[in-house]
Amino acid sequence: MEGNIGELGQYIGVGLTAIGMGGAAIGVGNVAGNFLSGALRNPSAAAGQTATLFIGMAFAEALGIFSFLVALLLMFAV
Amino acid sequence: MATEAHGEATGLSFHPMDQFIVRPLFGDGAVHWYTPTNVTLWLFLIVAATLALLVMGTRGRAIVPSRSQSIAELAYGLVHKMVADIAGKDGLKYFPYIMTLFMFIVFANFLGLLPMAFTVTSHIAVTGVLALSVFLTVTAIGFIKNGAHFLDLFWVRSAPLAIRPVLAVIEVISYFVRPVSHSIRLAGNMIAGHAVIKVFAGFAAIAAVAPISIIAVVGMYAFEILVAFIQAYVFTILTCVYLKDALHPSH
Repeated sequence: MEGNIGELGQYIGVGLTAIGMGGAAIGVGNVAGNFLSGALRNPSAAAGQTATLFIGMAFAEALGIFSFLVALLLMFAV
Repeated sequence: MATEAHGEATGLSFHPMDQFIVRPLFGDGAVHWYTPTNVTLWLFLIVAATLALLVMGTRGRAIVPSRSQSIAELAYGLVHKMVADIAGKDGLKYFPYIMTLFMFIVFANFLGLLPMAFTVTSHIAVTGVLALSVFLTVTAIGFIKNGAHFLDLFWVRSAPLAIRPVLAVIEVISYFVRPVSHSIRLAGNMIAGHAVIKVFAGFAAIAAVAPISIIAVVGMYAFEILVAFIQAYVFTILTCVYLKDALHPSH
């Protein structure tokens, strides 16, 4: 079991950034779930709101992508 | 069983990020700004595919459309409706730019899904240029159309006067983060999807898990086809949202 402590911390940090992606997953699921529950109450208005759905999903997802990017930077660039 | 599939450095027989390396097309020399690389080749193929679809599709202009004509019309109709719905009627002047963005990104994403292909949009250098050009264009349009009133975007008049300075700081930060999140969203999604496919493909070398890994690759591939379209759609729709903010800054 050789290897330096910096590398250990690097891999632990990469693992911790996965929590951020989990948060984004919850957020995207929340957006889609709320859209669906609203759409089932008033299906005639749902078609006009798909653009809003995708914008909301994109904003929620961006933060998860940021944490993924931090993980990539930690793995390959630091 | 596991040891024969393992490489020296990593646990996999090939590295999942190897697919994003920029290589010269001819020879193995260093990459300079004038070197034709695999990026150059795939950028050319994207332009050729876009031209082929739109030029060949609109050549016949039949009343009963052929297959390529219906695809070209669908793409045109989708983007046209998106711009009209979100940016408004006066945003339609900028429709050619947004249509170009959409066709480029959608073809970059789809051609990147071909086996052995290079995904151009997985590089922040490419998506960064796209997002930065959108950012600069939209800011210029905002100042030309509205003059100093464009700054109303940051001074939220519907809020109480006491918290307006705080909101202004937040609005300014969120405005300048736009090109960053706009480009990283597209590149990150492309990197993540392709890396996951390659990780599952790496497990196929281990005989015990090979069937599961092949099923996982097929599943992820189907999901990536969806993601490739949705990310192009999202990039375009956010461009429309930013354009709407530039044309009508007072919320």
